[in-house]
Amino acid sequence: MPLIVDVVALRKAYAGGFEALKGVDLQIEEGEILALLGPNGAGKTTLISTVCGITTATSGSVKVGGHDTVKDFRAARSMIGLVPQEINLEPFEKVQNTVKFSRGLFGKSANPALIEKILRQLSLWDKRDSQIRELSGGMKRRVLIAKALSHEPRVLFLDEPTAGVDVELRRDMWEIVAELKRDGVTIILTTHYIEEAEAIADRIGVIAQGEILLVEEKSKLMARMGKKELEVQLSEPILEIPASLASDTLRLKGDGSALIYSYDTKSERTGITKLLADVAAAGLVLRDVVTRQSSLEDIFVDLVHEGDAP
Amino acid sequence: MNWTAVKSIYVFEMARFFRTITQSFISPVLSTSLYFVVFGAAIGSRIQEVEGVSYGAFIVPGLIMLSVITQSISNASFGIYFPKFIGTIFELLSAPVNFLEIVMGYVGAAATKALFIGVIILATAFLFVDFEIQHPFAMVGFLVLTCISFALMGFIIGIWAGNFEQLQLVPLLIITPLVFLGGSFYSISMLPPVWQIISHFNPVVYLISGFRWSFFGSADVSIGLSLFAIAGFTTLCMAVIWWIFKTGWRIRQ
Ligand SMILES: Nc1ncnc2c1ncn2[C@@H]1O[C@H](COP(=O)(O)OP(=O)(O)OP(=O)(O)O)[C@@H](O)[C@H]1O
Ligand SMILES: [Mg+2]
Repeated sequence: MPLIVDVVALRKAYAGGFEALKGVDLQIEEGEILALLGPNGAGKTTLISTVCGITTATSGSVKVGGHDTVKDFRAARSMIGLVPQEINLEPFEKVQNTVKFSRGLFGKSANPALIEKILRQLSLWDKRDSQIRELSGGMKRRVLIAKALSHEPRVLFLDEPTAGVDVELRRDMWEIVAELKRDGVTIILTTHYIEEAEAIADRIGVIAQGEILLVEEKSKLMARMGKKELEVQLSEPILEIPASLASDTLRLKGDGSALIYSYDTKSERTGITKLLADVAAAGLVLRDVVTRQSSLEDIFVDLVHEGDAP
Repeated sequence: MNWTAVKSIYVFEMARFFRTITQSFISPVLSTSLYFVVFGAAIGSRIQEVEGVSYGAFIVPGLIMLSVITQSISNASFGIYFPKFIGTIFELLSAPVNFLEIVMGYVGAAATKALFIGVIILATAFLFVDFEIQHPFAMVGFLVLTCISFALMGFIIGIWAGNFEQLQLVPLLIITPLVFLGGSFYSISMLPPVWQIISHFNPVVYLISGFRWSFFGSADVSIGLSLFAIAGFTTLCMAVIWWIFKTGWRIRQ
């Protein structure tokens, strides 16, 4: 797949001198969905704003569809749609006028059929003649999405599109994203919901403190999470693992109250049946059995907090 | 050129104007009528003629200029300040448009609104006083140029302003005095010599003088100088706006 967004050594220092992006490299392939995860203040919005031309880079370069976003801004920006994190809309404008305005601003000739399709898809058609101030927060977010889609972008940036949105709209959103992907649109979204990234992304990037910590195929990340742990809680704590059970996949919990067994969910035999039989044979009495899977969330939290320790 | 974008901005801005059309017209028409009653009828009955024109007629060009200048500035400054204030400016910054297109859209709309109001005031004036326009084409030309150049200035003020107070400060502190001292209600030649010299540093003098010439054929300063002054002012504003967009001053972080 050809590259559609190419961010090279991008740095951004705000006026106060604060460096929000510390040399970001990010290559995005045409047609993929990339989810950017990162804590508050990580630099997600700054990265998107710099690619879209809302903030100027301190150094580094960004190309969209092979066009430099500064030197060849017209060609680059014509390809980009942006749904910002903040709900910025003119309160007294009518829904369909503001959506048509966006299309015109991007130099595209009027296309009422397309606008209708987008508004219907986002369940805004009934509200097309309402003023923005009469809409609920979730509807306003949908208007922002309609505006971004109105000019048929090839690359769509969604900055926390599902923040403050109900479950139903979140599903609708995912569906729209999937449909756009079928049409070949490249989508970059930021989110705090890890299950969202799991549900729709092809690749997942993690950013913290202005640096990209990891960008990986979702499936590979998931494979890393294939490991599962089984905790066998004992009714009586023991001091050490009985010799008959000893193996390198089994360890004793710190206080001796449980045995912890790790196994691969994808392997043919997990060895659980044998373990439980051996435990019984060793004369240990079970209190309870718990399984745990390390999630994307754990990986994420580990990554983000790796550098935190003093 | 992205003409579609220019048109979109223009239409969008004009729609805002038409939503509040009654308010937009009532206030200038009312205040102009008051000026005519106070200056034209009450005081004007004591002043016979200025430069061969009845005082009531003499103040017409100045009154139109007064409204058109304030309207151009306030329309344009508000027009660009508002998106900055509510955040919708992100869309302009991320769209494939350059500074010229943004300016043409916003300034064009602001100037059009001011022109509308200028024409309405002219029509109102005909209700109060008798006069003829000797050079109608020049009159329209001056009016249009004034609308555009002061809308450009308003655009700069709108980008500069950090809050609503500042948005009103410049028009109040700088523009209103300049316009009042620019010969709206008197001829510069009526002033003491020192003030005549000082007046020549007031750019509005050239505008009002040129505009009045288009009505009555007489002027305080030569018509060429008037045209030159307004062209210079327009160029200066354009240069400032070009610089603003180039550096992203106050709009792009
Ligand atoms: N205009 C600004 N001036 C100065 N600093 C800024 C500005 N905008 C953002 N920052 C700083 O840059 C850093 C990154 O902010 P950014 O908005 O990109 O984070 P984010 O990853 O989008 O966070 P969130 O998840 O909360 O949206 C933050 O520390 C923030 O305080
Ligand atoms: Mg953000």
